[in-house]
Amino acid sequence: MAETAENHEVSDVVPSTAETTAEVEAVLDAPVDRGEPILQVRNLVKHFPLTQGILFKKQIGAVKAVDGISFDLYKGETLGIVGESGCGKSTVAKLLMTLETATSGEVFYKGQDITRLSGRALKAVRRNIQMVFQDPYTSLNPRMTVGDIIGEPFDIHPEVAPKGDRRKRVQELLDVVGLNPEYINRYPHQFSGGQRQRIGIARGLALNPEVIICDEPVSALDVSVQAQVINLMGKLQDEFELSYVFIAHDLSIVRHISDRVGVMYLGKMAEIGTDSEIYDHPTHPYTQALLSAVPVPDPAAREGRDRIILTGDVPSPANPPSGCRFRTRCWKAQDKCAEEVPLLAVPEVFAGKKTLAAHESACHFAEERDVVHAA
Amino acid sequence: MEHQRDQPVTLLDVRDLQVEFHTRDGVAKAVNGVNYCVDPGETLAVLGESGSGKSVTAQAIMGILDSPPGRITGGEVLFRGEDLLTMGAETRRRIRGAKMSMVFQDALSALNPVMSVGAQLAEMFEVHEGMTRKDSRAKAVQLMDRVRIPAAKDRVGDYPHQFSGGMRQRIMIAMALALEPDLVIADEPTTALDVTVQAQVMDLLAELQREYNMGLILITHDLGVVADVADKIAVMYAGRIVETAPVHDLYAAPAHPYTRGLLDSIPRLDQKGRQLYAIKGLPPDLTAIPPGCPFSPRCPRAQDICRTDRPPLFAVSHGRASACHFWKETLDER
Ligand SMILES: Nc1ncnc2c1ncn2[C@@H]1O[C@H](COP(=O)(O)OP(=O)(O)OP(=O)(O)O)[C@@H](O)[C@H]1O
Ligand SMILES: Nc1ncnc2c1ncn2[C@@H]1O[C@H](COP(=O)(O)OP(=O)(O)OP(=O)(O)O)[C@@H](O)[C@H]1O
Ligand code: SF4
Ligand code: SF4
Ligand SMILES: [Mg+2]
Ligand SMILES: [Mg+2]
Repeated sequence: MAETAENHEVSDVVPSTAETTAEVEAVLDAPVDRGEPILQVRNLVKHFPLTQGILFKKQIGAVKAVDGISFDLYKGETLGIVGESGCGKSTVAKLLMTLETATSGEVFYKGQDITRLSGRALKAVRRNIQMVFQDPYTSLNPRMTVGDIIGEPFDIHPEVAPKGDRRKRVQELLDVVGLNPEYINRYPHQFSGGQRQRIGIARGLALNPEVIICDEPVSALDVSVQAQVINLMGKLQDEFELSYVFIAHDLSIVRHISDRVGVMYLGKMAEIGTDSEIYDHPTHPYTQALLSAVPVPDPAAREGRDRIILTGDVPSPANPPSGCRFRTRCWKAQDKCAEEVPLLAVPEVFAGKKTLAAHESACHFAEERDVVHAA
Repeated sequence: MEHQRDQPVTLLDVRDLQVEFHTRDGVAKAVNGVNYCVDPGETLAVLGESGSGKSVTAQAIMGILDSPPGRITGGEVLFRGEDLLTMGAETRRRIRGAKMSMVFQDALSALNPVMSVGAQLAEMFEVHEGMTRKDSRAKAVQLMDRVRIPAAKDRVGDYPHQFSGGMRQRIMIAMALALEPDLVIADEPTTALDVTVQAQVMDLLAELQREYNMGLILITHDLGVVADVADKIAVMYAGRIVETAPVHDLYAAPAHPYTRGLLDSIPRLDQKGRQLYAIKGLPPDLTAIPPGCPFSPRCPRAQDICRTDRPPLFAVSHGRASACHFWKETLDER
């Protein structure tokens, strides 16, 4: 989306002034214009306590799964989130879904901090923010029919589809995601992986949400089925002005679907920008390593590639390195990196310059390096 | 037959393998004549649609097929020229235990959660090589070092959940390679890993493969990984091999419309496309595979003959075959 492409810094939050539950619900139902922020995440933190002992649990530390993350999600856009296994992507997803309680920080949805909501107001938020899960094989209950699975959200939110309308509504949803409405009484095992993922998407759409959080929605699918599902998601986004947070390991597919991309490392955001800023002009060493490691589907390119192979394992999120969290694996690390935490901001060297390298990157020694086109 | 002894025998030669599953909905023909072979030191990548029988074929080779409901109904699995499917149970067990091994996709569920990683490695040496407990422990540490687990000596007593995903996958590789097998089958060994860890794991596999001169069958969805490490490729569709080719030839010009569709569906890292190409339609129901070419309902090139005559694997060139009546035309398309 071109309107947001210029917007490098996070936007100002205009907190809602609603006080009563009815006022809050009205705020949550208000429409948002395309290109305006719909979700504003600020300094979000999630620490899981590490305990010891069986009878008397004693906290001996904490897994810092998400440790101070800020970003915006605009109406109608897709924000991709990538990063190493265990860096906290799914935890961010669960925090946005209010399935986990934040240790600190805020998630503003239409100016309303949803981390502090409960009761009816929280229910209204949950209707508008839905999730599509990774595994089409295990995330669907094998004993429920497709109709029951897709219609289940209506049990919690009967106001969206009164009992008599449900069957019709489910059949419409099946049609929207390109499945035969007559399949309504079939069971999940009767569908292929790609079809099951469509069922998951239909369920995610059931309540007419504004935001859909997708946690690795296509990782288990082969490329041609993956392409079908991704094209479907793009079509639905245009049709319903949906905003997506799209979490995945596959950097090519993330580029394809995302307007902007955030790169996470060990509970923090290392770099964030438009797809071209991140893929064609990365400035953070971790992003560069990640992109350079993507295998290219061309056997002729096997030899000549400029691959950055990282050594060492990801440090434990219970005991992250001081200063820059990437420094134990960074080939550019210096003393400063151990002493000072690099902030996520446009690096000074690029500030005010008219270059796509001028986007937010949390590195003391940010510099541009094109690893994707250098073959 | 005396002279045959000097000829190099293919390490693994799968011929016309057939596997069925008896399900509530009928007999599912999951594997309908798979043919592929691997030589020592060679990497064969197996590609294909989800549900096309890649894993089931591997399970049949390894003798870990879920049966019932699964049953091998035909074909041969020749290991150094001897058919695993007909040889005596004892010999078969010995070959499968020591000469062949498998790396699974999901390392966490393949490892025993209540046994330390070191003990699981050591157990293999105790059982298969009759080593003493002390020797097998030392061997386990050595192997963990070999797959680059940092501070292996201190971590040999750790449990699987204390390792990251990448480390667990390296332990799986260590276990698969512990007895220096001749053949390793890796079923989506890096699907759950992110690219930097994936690169480490694949490099490690390739290095150990060279060192031990193993044959490797790599099952994967990732056409990037295949381009990086494979020598040759077998593409599966609805339980059959539809194309086999050396890796460079296949990427340069596929000889089967399904392969063509797969290659066209790959999203690119270096540019943003609009719509992704996707093969239309669905794979056939394995309980009712259509007559003729099973890809015909989805094939942009299908003609009348495709709906009536099943195409055999036509030889395209040396080391190359395609199960398509119009392989020539498909090849010329590029
Ligand atoms: N309920 C929990 N209790 C304790 N630790 C947890 C819990 N959930 C997640 N963690 C830890 O928090 C960290 C982040 O986990 P998360 O699942 O968010 O990672 P991820 O980025 O989604 O990884 P992947 O790519 O492997 O899915 C990990 O170290 C994980 O072990
Ligand atoms: N235990 C089983 N019982 C019944 N059917 C089975 C069983 N195992 C596999 N099948 C069927 O056999 C077919 C081939 O499955 P297989 O696991 O080999 O596919 P695959 O090519 O490995 O797919 P994927 O890429 O999704 O892993 C599928 O249609 C599957 O439903
Ligand atoms: S701050 Fe230092 S350690 Fe961190 S990424 Fe930049 S150069 Fe590397
Ligand atoms: S045989 Fe016919 S239907 Fe089958 S792949 Fe070839 S052209 Fe297509
Ligand atoms: Mg996750
Ligand atoms: Mg499989």
